Amino acid sequence: MTRHVIVALVVALFGLVFVRLVGGYAELSALRPLAAQYVTQAPLELGTPNIVTGILITFRGFDTLGEVAVLFMVAASIGLLLKKDEPNAASEAAAAGIGEHTADDAPLREPSEIVRTGTDVLLPLIFVFGAYVIVNGHLSAGGGFQGGAIVASGAMLMLLARPGSRLSVALLSVIESFAGVLYVSLGLVGLVFAAGFLDPRFLPKGEFGAFVSAGAIPLISALLGIKVGAELSVIIDRFRG
Amino acid sequence: MTTGLPVSTILLITGFCLALIGLWGMLTHRNIMRIIIGFALIDTGLHIVMVATGYITGGTAPIIDRALTTAAATERAIDPIPSALVVTAIVIGFSVTAVMLGFAIRLYAARKTLSIDAFTESKW
Repeated sequence: MTRHVIVALVVALFGLVFVRLVGGYAELSALRPLAAQYVTQAPLELGTPNIVTGILITFRGFDTLGEVAVLFMVAASIGLLLKKDEPNAASEAAAAGIGEHTADDAPLREPSEIVRTGTDVLLPLIFVFGAYVIVNGHLSAGGGFQGGAIVASGAMLMLLARPGSRLSVALLSVIESFAGVLYVSLGLVGLVFAAGFLDPRFLPKGEFGAFVSAGAIPLISALLGIKVGAELSVIIDRFRG
Repeated sequence: MTTGLPVSTILLITGFCLALIGLWGMLTHRNIMRIIIGFALIDTGLHIVMVATGYITGGTAPIIDRALTTAAATERAIDPIPSALVVTAIVIGFSVTAVMLGFAIRLYAARKTLSIDAFTESKW
């Protein structure tokens, strides 16, 4: 009971902090100078209508590279955490737990017909929609992270519908590594032929709002989408054990 | 329907309330899965707060098209920086949640329970 009182006190104090924050917040009526700079520069210099993508891929491109590095490290560390124990250790554990057949050993229930049929219909649509969101990122709402998450949700549905099937983690790792290497190479090309690392202006800007435009932003966005989709799929597969 | 409150204030209140619910859940529950769910609630609440701080009165999405010309963008577009930063925050939140779930699986394998009371080694 004492614990609940202390917890209530802590939550109330945090609530007080938040109330003061909300009370002192005045809604912006104009852009801050840095934001105004981005909003005017992104369409003019980069030729991308979607300013958020312009910031993510170019102005803060190095941060985005760091983010995908974090995702990669999570995929690797989850693989290490959930690694199957060594064969001899596993047999020892089995010997220690003889006759102790718990729910872990129960046969997996088959997925229902709705899930299996729905997967056949929806899976191509989900992958196509994911690809659309990835390659449309420089023109409208979308981008590599969002599309990659949609593709990974398709992989999740596939694993739910066919629990026996294995994702080819090795193939996904190769795809993911190649996307990462190409991403950094594009950044280096920008360093040589344009103003700096991850500068997409070494390709022509093209017509504003056209599908092939905005320099190398669609290319970087596509690589980002492939990398994120592969990484999230690997993480989902690792959790199946 | 108007409530008299600015949109961003409503969003700030919603986000902070969600974070407080998550904090309460994290501190009162003893099941590791529920603690992780509490963390996810704090995370989501703070994302809402971050996006809300970028809103500009009467603003629209910062995407230049027929509805928003380049000239009008500086007046009518919302601040794109919080929207770009929240993508980072979502990715980091996802990563932390994934690692916590991985640890939860290992802890369950070690003790066959998810109650945090069973793990007393690091308790002082």
